[in-house]
Amino acid sequence: MKFAVVVFPGSNCDHDAYHAAKDVLGQEAEYVWHKETSLRGADVVILPGGFAHGDYLRTGAIARFSPVMPVVKAFADAGGPVLGVCNGFQILLESGLLPGAMLRNRGLKFICDHVHIRVEQVDTPFTAASTRGRILRIPINHGEGNYFAPDDVLDALERDRRVIFRYVDAATGEPTDAANPNGAARNIAGICSERRNVVGMMPHPERACEPMLGSGDGRVLFESVVRTLSSVGAVGTGSR
Amino acid sequence: MTIDSALLERHGLKPDEYDRIVKALGREPSLTELGIFSVMWSEHCSYKSSRMHLRKLPTQGPRVLQGPGENAGAVDIGSGLAAVFKIESHNHPSFIEPYQGAATGVGGIIRDIFTMGARPIALLNSLRFGPLDGPTGARTRRIVEGVVAGIGGYGNSIGIATIGGEIAFEEPYAGNPLVNVMCLGIVDADALVKGKASGVGNPVYYVGAKTGRDGIHGATMASAEFDDRSAEKRPAVQVGDPFMEKLLLEACLELMATDALIGVQDMGAAGLTCSTCEMGARGGAGIEIDVCHVPQRETGMTPYEIMLSESQERMLLVVKHGREHEVEAIFDKWDLHASHIGFVTNDGLMRVKDGGQVVAEIPNTALVDDAPLYDRPTARPGYLDEVRRLDLSALRPAAPTDALRAVLASPTIASKRWVYRQYDNMVRTNTLVLAGMGAGVVRIKGTPRALAMSTDGNGRYCYLDPRRGAMLAVAEAARNVACAGARPIGATNCLNFGNPEKPEIMWQLVEAIEGIGEACRALDVPITGGNVSLYNETDGNAIYPTPIIGVVGVIEDAACTRGRAFRNAGRHIVLLGATPASLGGSEYLKTVHGLVAGDVPHVDLAAERALIDVLVSAAAERLIESAHDCADGGLAVTLAECAFDSGGIGLTVDVRSPESGEANAWTRLATLFGEGGGRAVVSVAPEHLTALESLASQAGVPAAVIGRTGGGRISIAVDGRPAIDCALDEAELLWSSSLGRYFAGRAA
Repeated sequence: MKFAVVVFPGSNCDHDAYHAAKDVLGQEAEYVWHKETSLRGADVVILPGGFAHGDYLRTGAIARFSPVMPVVKAFADAGGPVLGVCNGFQILLESGLLPGAMLRNRGLKFICDHVHIRVEQVDTPFTAASTRGRILRIPINHGEGNYFAPDDVLDALERDRRVIFRYVDAATGEPTDAANPNGAARNIAGICSERRNVVGMMPHPERACEPMLGSGDGRVLFESVVRTLSSVGAVGTGSR
Repeated sequence: MTIDSALLERHGLKPDEYDRIVKALGREPSLTELGIFSVMWSEHCSYKSSRMHLRKLPTQGPRVLQGPGENAGAVDIGSGLAAVFKIESHNHPSFIEPYQGAATGVGGIIRDIFTMGARPIALLNSLRFGPLDGPTGARTRRIVEGVVAGIGGYGNSIGIATIGGEIAFEEPYAGNPLVNVMCLGIVDADALVKGKASGVGNPVYYVGAKTGRDGIHGATMASAEFDDRSAEKRPAVQVGDPFMEKLLLEACLELMATDALIGVQDMGAAGLTCSTCEMGARGGAGIEIDVCHVPQRETGMTPYEIMLSESQERMLLVVKHGREHEVEAIFDKWDLHASHIGFVTNDGLMRVKDGGQVVAEIPNTALVDDAPLYDRPTARPGYLDEVRRLDLSALRPAAPTDALRAVLASPTIASKRWVYRQYDNMVRTNTLVLAGMGAGVVRIKGTPRALAMSTDGNGRYCYLDPRRGAMLAVAEAARNVACAGARPIGATNCLNFGNPEKPEIMWQLVEAIEGIGEACRALDVPITGGNVSLYNETDGNAIYPTPIIGVVGVIEDAACTRGRAFRNAGRHIVLLGATPASLGGSEYLKTVHGLVAGDVPHVDLAAERALIDVLVSAAAERLIESAHDCADGGLAVTLAECAFDSGGIGLTVDVRSPESGEANAWTRLATLFGEGGGRAVVSVAPEHLTALESLASQAGVPAAVIGRTGGGRISIAVDGRPAIDCALDEAELLWSSSLGRYFAGRAA
């Protein structure tokens, strides 16, 4: 199984995603520079966190024009699994691969903290190895993670079961306002595409793959995609 | 142009310094040359007041790979790797423009680290502000918010974890906050890069942001006191661009992996001037540049402005002749433009041309080595006798539980979670001890090791006794690192003081440096570099003398890393060390009685060293589950902090007061809130107690079992008599929410 970690200028969680895939999960992994137009035969694509192109405009607004993005889109259109984490999620929104937009956190401050998210759906390549309703302890690190979309879009996401992660209270498992770190609409921490193969999320599962770092809960996302691809075979081979 | 006294004053040059310039050149300088001398001979760049005293610091040791004099120091951490680290101040800019001042402080120290070839992996910062309430409270809160946002804005974006540091709030910093930033990076020990030029004819490249008019005379500004016109100096503060620096960082590290590079230096204080002459001087070479090739942000810039600009995110490189294409291709990949602005010569001169015409020609040695060196007069300050007198009989002793609540809620002691939650403290997935949980600890991937680091300093102690205060700062930083399980191996210092032209301030500086030297020698932690920040005064009022010490230590097995919080109930609580504590200069006296007075705690460096040995061995042998340094706030606060963030594990403790016989109210308070070095609180599983006790006794370190973990309360008795009793969750809420409450109602 081969992971491609796309590196934009200003990406800063690229090493973390690479380390999780390669050193923790023992899979193949390669960096793909944003000016490249091939995913080097990868089976999974990760758009990592960071501040692509400095994010001085809107987060992800310039990254979507990077030469690698049409290839990522083609890979996704062919059903290949794509995970966008934090800035990667923001780039997926700006590229139109996922609906909605990010606003500044409601407290107007950057937040670095462990939060609890509930796995809402398990029929995506990144949650297949989890159980529904499982609560994961995973860190967030962002200033703009306040997910926004018009009500009709949110309703459609709910109807189509495309809300994949929600911020919840650790004890009760309920999506309370107090458990919502950034003001995200309906406590949404992550969503998927219509075909369910593209997942975007604000929390950082790659930072929660080793218990010595404070949590191993994020590992299930990587295990899920490895298991999914080994059972059905690689689906996203369009760029090979 | 005529050079008159007004012009000299604007350049911060004294008449005798001007005479020195004329002598060095053998002629009158041009305006450009005058500007160049003024920044290189500023206190900030030349260390003219401190240099002769800094020589008293120990800088050598078996692990030291690079001592002071380069962009940063380096120590051997095993497995063929080096840790490169340094601390630097950005005090003056942060007062004038908090966000950008702090942000560019972070950017500057990061450049110093990757200039050595190291990948930066950790940031820490020591901050000092005025009180959050009172007449200057509103302004201070604005400064705090700006500084914290600036540190976060830069570090978070560039992707280097801010893993620790400390903050204190005291009146003397109201008009002059301190922002000291430490950065640490990792490099193969045999791949350390030096900032020197060599090889006649080798090309000199300029890479990074374009040069603008920002920051001209920033180094001179940092070498003068503040007054009510300081706001006019705002244009001397630069604007940071962490994205540009991220590109520079990655491109430089990529270039350093080739062997095309000879030397590199960032353009920090004194910009192009400092990097050019220092690289030439270190390499015993000369450098000739033509400013018409320097990328410029504005039109019509003069050579004077270009040479003195402190625009951020710029680097100067010397590369091997014939490898230009390779170098340019790497920078092109990162969308950076490398401009060929000059070449290395063998004449030892810094020659600056403007379109082929020479505008400055100065021997490098005149700028660097022949800078003025002052043995400034010192005088013991008159205030000392007054403030060291402490008459407790005039005070009413507080009830211990009330005192604990008050001290836990004081901003200096309270949890800094409100601050570090705004910093990415995990990026690069190395952080083993998150900010606020003890010393900052990062694992070193590819090795079994981890590094622990801590920055510490106590201005109040140093105000009362600069020598002892400085020794306590070294000891505290080393002890903090040892509590994480790390053997301290090197240190860096940032010396923040007032105007050295005042003999009393100079006395503080010399006392502190000598104290640091003595403590570092005793604890075997050489100083590998650092920074001196003088003239920290506003309207003639100096800050507390504030030496900040950053210590780095190695944990041989990362799995043995320890944090401050209890891990399990039913464990023995052991107090290691028995150095007498004192209420002099304590947080208790300050918070409860509004007093900064008394004799600062006794220092016993031999006891410190033995305690460090025991802590390191006890962690390595997995005898202890948690360890916390007993310092600010005293034993009661230390114990409470062990229970905080533990998931509700309380404690029941009975401590002995040092004096025999019936303890009075003051000896009880001194037992609970007296401060000092040489002590740590550890938690131990029953089956390991004997082993710990024998380890301690072999090292000559007293180990007293003072209680047990567990229950939901903080219950502390002194000599069997209950003294403090409160619910853990109530105390923890007070401690964890206090700081944020000052900012509530603003964007929280």
